[in-house]
Amino acid sequence: MSQQQERIRTEVLAIVKRLAPEVDPARIIPDKPLRTQIDLDSMDWLNVLASIHEKLGVNIPETDYGKVVTLDGIVAYLVERLPE
Amino acid sequence: MRPPLIRQPPTTSPSAADDTAFSWARVAEELGMTPDGPVNIAELAVDRHARSAHAGRTAFRFLNADGSRRDLSYRELAGLTDRFGNALATLGVRKGDRVFVLCGRICELYVAVLGALKIGAVVSPLFPSFGPEPIRSRIAQAGGTVLVTTTSLYQRKVVALRPMLPSLRHVLLVDDLGVGPLPDTFDLPTLLQAAADTPAQVPTGPEDPALLHFTSGTTGQPKGALHVHAAVLTHYATARTALDLRPGDTFWCTADPGWVTGTSYGIVAPLVLGVTSVVDQAEFDPTRWIAILEGERVNVWYTAPTAIRLLMKAGPMLFAGHRFPDLRFVASVGEALNPEAVWWGQDMLGRPIHDNWWQSETGGIMLANTATRDIKPGSMGRPLPGIAAHVVRHVEGEPVSLIETPDTVGELALETGWPSMFRAYLGQPERYRACFAGKLYLTGDLVRRDADGYYWFVGRSDEVIKSSGHLIGAFEVESVLMEHPAVAEAGVIGKPDALAGEVVQAFVVLRHGNAPDDALNLALLAHARQRLGAAVAPKEIAFVSALPHTRSGKIMRRLLKARELGLPEGDTSTLAQGEEK
Repeated sequence: MSQQQERIRTEVLAIVKRLAPEVDPARIIPDKPLRTQIDLDSMDWLNVLASIHEKLGVNIPETDYGKVVTLDGIVAYLVERLPE
Repeated sequence: MRPPLIRQPPTTSPSAADDTAFSWARVAEELGMTPDGPVNIAELAVDRHARSAHAGRTAFRFLNADGSRRDLSYRELAGLTDRFGNALATLGVRKGDRVFVLCGRICELYVAVLGALKIGAVVSPLFPSFGPEPIRSRIAQAGGTVLVTTTSLYQRKVVALRPMLPSLRHVLLVDDLGVGPLPDTFDLPTLLQAAADTPAQVPTGPEDPALLHFTSGTTGQPKGALHVHAAVLTHYATARTALDLRPGDTFWCTADPGWVTGTSYGIVAPLVLGVTSVVDQAEFDPTRWIAILEGERVNVWYTAPTAIRLLMKAGPMLFAGHRFPDLRFVASVGEALNPEAVWWGQDMLGRPIHDNWWQSETGGIMLANTATRDIKPGSMGRPLPGIAAHVVRHVEGEPVSLIETPDTVGELALETGWPSMFRAYLGQPERYRACFAGKLYLTGDLVRRDADGYYWFVGRSDEVIKSSGHLIGAFEVESVLMEHPAVAEAGVIGKPDALAGEVVQAFVVLRHGNAPDDALNLALLAHARQRLGAAVAPKEIAFVSALPHTRSGKIMRRLLKARELGLPEGDTSTLAQGEEK
C-alpha cells in the first residue's frame, strides 16, 4: 500500500470511528461490504460521506454509491480523485 | 405554484367499484372464509395459491447485493414453509408460542414468518439494526421461545444475552459466516432438510394471535401490539383499495419486515393477492433503486418519505434516460409526505406519490390517497372503505368529544371493529385500555380534516420520536444512557432533520467528577450504539448542567425540545420550582 493510500485509509477510519466510536478498525475486513460489518444506518452512512467531503474535499455523488461499498473501494475511489 | 389538487384519470381499477358496496363480510366471502370458520394468514397467503393453477408464479424475487437473484414460486414457498412449520413442531413449539425473527431480507426470514404462522405460532420480526438491548427487552417481554437469526447477528448481538433470556429455548441459525455449528443453536438448513414435507397445519381461528409488532411510546417499555389471523382481511382489502394492487402485478415494498409495513405489505398482503414481490437485499442506493424500478418492471411501488427525499436529493440527472412505463401506482407511508415529493413523483416517475396513514396498532392502511380519488398533495388522504375516522377533542380528565368543524386540529380517532385492529399490548392491559374511549380508538396523532374530508397530519399528541418513519421511545434511549457510570440523568428528544424527519438527540447531565469532554461524548455514543443499535441510538449527545422537570419529577422533554430549537416554551406551569430558564 502506498503512503497516500495508507493516509487516506487512516483518515476514512477516523471518520467512521467518530460517527460509530464503538467500531474496532482492526476488525474491519477491507474487501467486504462495510455496512454488513459495522452498524451504520442510512443517516450514519450519509454522515460518513458528508465528513469525507468536508475533510478530504471529495464529493461522492449518489451515482457512485456502488463504488464505495467496501473500505478498499472507498480508499481506491478517493486515491483516484486526490492529488498525490 | 403547483395546484392543490391532482386529478386522477377515470380509472379501470377494480377497487373503484368496491367503494360503495364494501363490507368486511364480503371481503371474508371473497377469501372463502366462513363465519367463525378457520382462518390462517399463511394458508391464505401461500397454500391457497400453491393449490391453484398459478402455483408456479413467482412469489418473491430476491435481488442480492452481488447482482445475483433468486425466484421463489408459490409452490416452492409452500414446501419450504411446510418444512419450517414441521421443524418447529418437532422442536416442541406449540400454537401461541412466540417466534422471533432477526435477520436481513434473506429468503429464510420469509419462510420462517410464514412457516411459524402455519402452526399457529405468534411471529415477531425484529429490525436487524436493533442493538442487544431492544432485542433483549422485546424477547423478554413476550417470553419468546424461538429466535431465527444469522450467525453474524447472533455472535454480535444475541449470544451474550442468552443467560438473560430463559424463555428462549431454541435459536435457529443461517450460517452466513461459514463458521459451522455454534453451541446451543440449530443449523436452520439442516433442520429444514430433516423436516417432513407434509402440510404443516395447526387450525387457527379468526381471533387467534398471529403477529406481534413492537412500537414505542414516550414512557415505559416498548409496547407489543398483538394482531390476530383475521387481520388478513385488512391486508387483502387495503392492498387493493389503497395500493391498487392486482393479481399478477410486480410489487416492491421497500420496508424491512422488522417494521410493521414490511410485514403487512412486504409479506402478507402481496401474497394473499397472488402478486410477485421484489425483495432488494442491498442497502439503499439511488442508482440501484432506479434500475430495479425500471428493470424489474415494477407495477406498484410502496416506499417511505426518507427514501423519496434521498432520491430527490440525488437530483434529476439520476433519472435521465430512464423510463417507467410499467409503473402504475406509487405510495408512501411513515410520516407526512410534503407536496413537493408528491409532485416529484409525477415529474420523475410519471406517477404522483400517494401518501397514506396507519400505525402498528392499526395493522393495515387506514387513510389513503387512492387511485380512484383526486390527490391533495400534502394530505394523507381519506378513510378507506370499511374505516370510519373522526377528529376528536381529547383532553386528560375530560370526556372525548367529536370535532365536526372543518380544519380544526384534534386527535385522529377510528371506530373500532376493523379486522386488523390490535387486540392487546402484550402484558400491558392498562396501556391498552387507555387507547380507547367507548367505541373509538385514539391514535395519538393530531390531524385536521378539511371540508372535502381529506385528513392532514399536524403532529404527535405525545413526545414520541419519529425518525425515518420509525417510532423511537425516549425512555428506552434514556434508560440505556443512564446505565453509563458517568451519567446522572438523560433526556432525549427528536430534533427536526431535513432527510429523516427527526433524529434522536440526547441531553446528558454528568455525575460529579466527570469532565464534559470529547472523549466522554464519544464513549457515551459508543455505549448507546452498542446497546441500542444505530437505528435507535442518539445521533448527537450534548452535555447540560441540568434538565427541566415537572413538579412530580418527570423530565419535560417538550420544554427541552423548545429550548433546543429556540421555540416558545409554551405552558411551563408544571415546571418544578427554581427550574425556570
